[in-house]
Amino acid sequence: MPASETPMQRERAVTIFERSKPGRRAAVLPQAGVPEPPLEELIPARLLREDPPRLPEVAEPEIVRHYNRLSRRNFDLDTGFYPLGSCTMKHNPRLNERVAALPGHARLHPAQDPRRAQGALEVMWLLQCSLAEICGLPHVSLQPSAGSHGELAGLLLTRAYHADRGERRTKVLAPDTAHGTNPASVTMAGYEVVKVATNEHGGVEMDDLREKVSEEVACLMLTNPNTLGLFDENIAEIAALIHEAGGTLYYDGANLNAVMGHSRPGDMGFDIVHVNLHKSFSQPHGGGGPGAGPIAVSERIEPFLPRPQVVKRGEGNGRGPHYDLDFERPKSIGRLRGFQGNFGVFIRSYAYILSLGADGLAEASETAVLNANYLKARLAEGRAGSRLPIAFDRHCMHEFVLSGKPMKKELGLATLDLAKRLLDFGFHPPTVYFPLLVEEALMVEPTETETKESLDAFADAIEDILAEAEEDRELAKQAPYTTPVRRLDEVKATRHPVLRQSLD
Amino acid sequence: MLAAIGVESAADLFEQVPEPLRLGRALDLPAGMSEADVFERLSALAARNADAEEEVCFLGAGMYDHYVPAIVDAITQRSEFLTPYTPYQPEISQGGLQAMFEFQTAMSELTALPVATAGLYEGPSSVASAGYLAIGATGRRRFVVSRGVHPHSRETLSTYGSGYGAEVVEVGLEGGLTDPAALAAAIDEETAAVFLQNPNFLGAVEDVEALGAAARQSGALLIVAVDPMTLGVLRPPGECGADIALGEGQPLGNRLDFGGPSFAFFCGTEELLRRMPGRIAGETEDVDGRRGFVLALQTREQHIRREKATHNICTAQALNALAAMVHLAWLGRQGFRELGELLARRTAYARERLAAVEGVELLHEAPVVREFAVRLDVPVDAVLERCAERGMAAGYALERDYPEHPDGLLVAITERRTREQIDALAETLGAAIAASGGPASHSQAKSPQEVR
Repeated sequence: MPASETPMQRERAVTIFERSKPGRRAAVLPQAGVPEPPLEELIPARLLREDPPRLPEVAEPEIVRHYNRLSRRNFDLDTGFYPLGSCTMKHNPRLNERVAALPGHARLHPAQDPRRAQGALEVMWLLQCSLAEICGLPHVSLQPSAGSHGELAGLLLTRAYHADRGERRTKVLAPDTAHGTNPASVTMAGYEVVKVATNEHGGVEMDDLREKVSEEVACLMLTNPNTLGLFDENIAEIAALIHEAGGTLYYDGANLNAVMGHSRPGDMGFDIVHVNLHKSFSQPHGGGGPGAGPIAVSERIEPFLPRPQVVKRGEGNGRGPHYDLDFERPKSIGRLRGFQGNFGVFIRSYAYILSLGADGLAEASETAVLNANYLKARLAEGRAGSRLPIAFDRHCMHEFVLSGKPMKKELGLATLDLAKRLLDFGFHPPTVYFPLLVEEALMVEPTETETKESLDAFADAIEDILAEAEEDRELAKQAPYTTPVRRLDEVKATRHPVLRQSLD
Repeated sequence: MLAAIGVESAADLFEQVPEPLRLGRALDLPAGMSEADVFERLSALAARNADAEEEVCFLGAGMYDHYVPAIVDAITQRSEFLTPYTPYQPEISQGGLQAMFEFQTAMSELTALPVATAGLYEGPSSVASAGYLAIGATGRRRFVVSRGVHPHSRETLSTYGSGYGAEVVEVGLEGGLTDPAALAAAIDEETAAVFLQNPNFLGAVEDVEALGAAARQSGALLIVAVDPMTLGVLRPPGECGADIALGEGQPLGNRLDFGGPSFAFFCGTEELLRRMPGRIAGETEDVDGRRGFVLALQTREQHIRREKATHNICTAQALNALAAMVHLAWLGRQGFRELGELLARRTAYARERLAAVEGVELLHEAPVVREFAVRLDVPVDAVLERCAERGMAAGYALERDYPEHPDGLLVAITERRTREQIDALAETLGAAIAASGGPASHSQAKSPQEVR
């Protein structure tokens, strides 16, 4: 053990279960106020639990202290720069938390009669309309719970669309640069994935695509700009190819933050788009959720949308215009989840859209693209320029990908080492080793809510790390030093999984 | 910045978008608003909802108006939990990873199954995810599902099943409980999984062990959806032979939020570990031997395994699972049990009280623990409307999901529903039935002999 442990490192991990002492507690429950017969008189004893689950026994001050301590062992967006590619770590306005917590939202039961949930349904309707306009597609379902859930929805919609036409198609095309969720969703939806190659500009390799398009192809899934941060200039031709062959075109909206108010997936020819509200629309990521993945679709896909749909009804039956849940959708693929979706996320995203407005959204994307290109230019200078060259050298959209191949060859530093050393400099590293076709990839997405100063500081840190590595590469190879724990043994965690606290 | 990039304006950077695909106009959305104005606008919309602060809420059907302790908000609103991404860099994500590990421990304890994941989106879709797992584990493609399973779960299972290719067979209820003979008859050698819910949608406590026997014999997985709030008092699925236990997590530390975000917990046997969907935190150590936590078994996951992944999930519900963990720590071992007892007793009281109302009878007599179903002598919609006028969301009308019970009403109880509120519900219901032309137009209470 090194003598120079930080205070945080000295404070070893102790779980809430290990803080438990019999008889301690926090909760004071209400008095029953009703007769209290033995439970066996209400429910047959064989259906009852003998010993209560061994939950921790801890007083409230200790619970608060425990989770505050844990929180200090997390790095977060509110603390520092978080340029995690394809994740759009933009500022999370606190106003959104405040409006989501209003009792009219937070304590509204999902089975409330729509006539007494008009405000909530109106928010959903307005968000649907906003997303439809941003995506350039006429219809929206808010139901999917996250991006990959939206992907699954899109593929099930595609299946229903083809089945309705009496067709049975088996294959889904996706570029080799696609997010991992794309092929995983394809398999879950019962299709076979066919990979499409990437050309020297980072776009879809057209010859390969032409070869693979057939009447067996149900769908092409694409991210545009793609995971290299590049806009595929051939998109109109790609769309035409797929449509001529009878397939649908699916847009993975993870990178929508590049084009809001500038270009719309619907206008590019996409039939189905998912939108990550936790990326472009500022829902906090929560350390891995919650999010929401609404989908926008074209006319031909609309009949198959999940139910229920939020609809606006005109005047009639003595009522003015009002909002309702429409369950009467005979061609619907059915539900993808319970109730109406992640409403708390919808509120936050709608608050974000209201705050920014039409111009603000376009400006957000423009600044995101500006920031990415500026940081790319900064990293093309100095040591980074030669050790970490850009994978595809042209203007990028909201993110870009560097290759650590020369750094590895010349300095003996892997991308992972650079990432771990960045932790000591107070930065969250970029996405590493993705996309797969770039060797030693680093995928950088700064977002629009960073200042020039924070971008400069990040570029300087990369330069410093490369400079120190020329002197002593072990510095980075052994990093990090200052984090609550140092490099962790991930192999052990998988070979000998310990997935819960032993209480025996 | 522009000079460093070598362009004249940021707009030049969009030249890579082919001209015909540039929008060339402003989005057709309103102009931006000040923070104060946005707050007012959304407050005004919120005021048009009848929430559980405004109405006494007896609605349940999978989501419940429990009291969320103040420390849950205080902890989950901390930036350090609220704003990070999924913990891909474990050295700076120990707080979140350890919270997942604690959550897994708590869920494993609740369900009495050895393996728990860090959670999935929510209840019904986790049922469908379990179906996907069962197909992989058994190589079979037929699901037998009790009609007591939440209608949203059954529908979601069918939706997913249309993709991965599965046949869904439903087994009816008898006296509020899954019909054991029909269930046994429906299970065959092609059955991948048998799905039960406990308590079931009508609130009845099932004998999961007895029902599950037929599943075990056929080699199908027994998948049980449970309400976590009942697991302080009800026998846990792990003791009843379940291979997988899962469920909607909202009752634990999560607000109603008109249906989400919440989370699902997902637990199983050791044999199923490497087929589990979603994130799992595992304990390990760092290079100096310090205890630490990482995402374990990532070779199951989409970002590594792509089309061969066990599931497509990426963003899940980490913050909601943290809320559940804090709530459970606050309740503690004794408090959790006591809360379950409190629910069971108030529910028994409410059931008896309502059954005594003229025009109300029990829909089934099976044991209940936090929710129960009754039958009304007059149209349910009219009664609900009258109750709403008197500030009460009296329950969930069963007709849409159970056409065989057009007169059915599902009533849910939480620790927030006091005896006074339950008494008021009985009175309001009685008056509403009377006003709707029911048999109680002359008297609101049955004579003691008529009750049960």
